[in-house]
Amino acid sequence: MKITMTVNGVERTDEVEPRTLLAHHLREALGLTGTNIGCDTSSCGACTIHVDGQSVKSCTMLAVQADGSDVLTIEGLADGDTLHPMQRCFQQNHGLQCGYCTPGMVMAAVSLLEENPNPTEREVRLGLEGNLCRCTGYHNIVQSVLACAAESSGAAS
Amino acid sequence: MIPAAFDYVRAESAGHAIALLAEHGDEAKLLAGGHSLLPLMKLRLASPTVLVDVGRLDDLRFIRDAGDHIAIGALTRHRDLEISELLSQTAPLLHHAAGHVGDPQVRHRGTIGGSLAHADPASDLPAVVLALGGTLVVEGPNGQREIPIGEFYTGFLESALEPDELLTEIRIPKLDTLGWSFQKFNRRAQDWAIVGVAAVRADGHSGVGLVNMGSTPLYAAGVVDALHSGATAAEAAERANEGTEAQSDNNATVEYREHLARVLVRRALEESGLS
Ligand SMILES: Cc1cc2nc3c(=O)[nH]c(=O)nc-3n(C[C@H](O)[C@H](O)[C@H](O)COP(=O)(O)OP(=O)(O)OC[C@H]3O[C@@H](n4cnc5c(N)ncnc54)[C@H](O)[C@@H]3O)c2cc1C
Ligand code: FES
Ligand code: FES
Repeated sequence: MKITMTVNGVERTDEVEPRTLLAHHLREALGLTGTNIGCDTSSCGACTIHVDGQSVKSCTMLAVQADGSDVLTIEGLADGDTLHPMQRCFQQNHGLQCGYCTPGMVMAAVSLLEENPNPTEREVRLGLEGNLCRCTGYHNIVQSVLACAAESSGAAS
Repeated sequence: MIPAAFDYVRAESAGHAIALLAEHGDEAKLLAGGHSLLPLMKLRLASPTVLVDVGRLDDLRFIRDAGDHIAIGALTRHRDLEISELLSQTAPLLHHAAGHVGDPQVRHRGTIGGSLAHADPASDLPAVVLALGGTLVVEGPNGQREIPIGEFYTGFLESALEPDELLTEIRIPKLDTLGWSFQKFNRRAQDWAIVGVAAVRADGHSGVGLVNMGSTPLYAAGVVDALHSGATAAEAAERANEGTEAQSDNNATVEYREHLARVLVRRALEESGLS
């Protein structure tokens, strides 16, 4: 089946098998390997991307379901060489160790702040409950997201 | 893991979806948010040969005030329920519980129709709609019919829906709510409930639904019966396990689930304002 979607601002038309998962399509057909796959059970969130502005687990969506959609992956987040504020906050607050969960964490965190620009610590933890990290113990991830929220609300006021 | 091969058809309307189901018979499955079906297909626990995608039927994505009830389109996503002002005013139990389904990514895709139709005893929303006394509107080749939620669940992952029928709307009666509570007991964030309880007390209506206490979502008839006879929360909770058939699994034994059901029903009734 032929599908067309905008991926990180670029329109892409490809032929896919209906059973192709969006995560596999991004990684294998489009070469966007920043989106990781960490489980078979839709649990880990490593594959989190945005579809039409909302965080989704791309391992639990068929590529054909994203036909006509606007897709944003971790590769599309930075503005050229300038990191997205969330990426920078993860870097500055040691929000990662091995980095495997990070693309999904960052995409989930960006979506979280779009829905709730000033979350409490508890709201950040709940908002990231679909993303597992085996390294950090989450503490610095939560700090990174809170720092990013504080920074952008400071910039807004 | 990758699902087994299937043909994919995108339904352009509810009627088109029903016609496609009629054409393909038992081989076909509807695909809504895909957050119950795709995980099963990835593990090859389900291998439908035709998927009828109803995910784009935006005219079945609504939350409307319909006088004596709130009408919710089957394709309404958990996230839509979670942020609906109308729902928070008129059905706070459903509004709240929808925000506790899975995680944000799941709520961005999963639908109320898929949750109810999947008939999983571990799902949250069936117990909520049982407590609220909702009605399901389904459409098939012979037109539309209404099924009270109490008659909907017939077995494990089985419901009164015929294979060629589409759930289109969920009707939630507008209650004069005195109190409500949703108790979801799990050990880790994101997990499904080990046991869950949805309770509502309203003028002329008491309802309690149980999550994961049998092969289907359950209505706690014994508890509600006790409430009608003027029982206290603690007394009513003693009847939590009437009609349940809890299973043992890695998370809990039958005895532990039954204990949880009693404790959570009592807490739910107390939180709903019953002493
Ligand atoms: C990681 C994860 C965690 C989750 N945690 C929870 C949780 O804590 N609590 C909970 O309740 N749920 C949980 N879920 C399930 C989630 O709520 C699903 O979205 C929901 O159960 C199914 O809705 P769906 O739209 O995704 O349905 P689908 O997966 O698309 O469909 C499910 C079934 O229903 C049928 N169907 C769908 N729509 C219709 C319709 N309109 N008419 C007739 N049949 C239809 C399909 O054919 C299929 O058989 C979780 C899912 C995941 C992946
Ligand atoms: S790969 Fe684990 S949730 Fe998608
Ligand atoms: S940094 Fe290693 S899994 Fe999160």
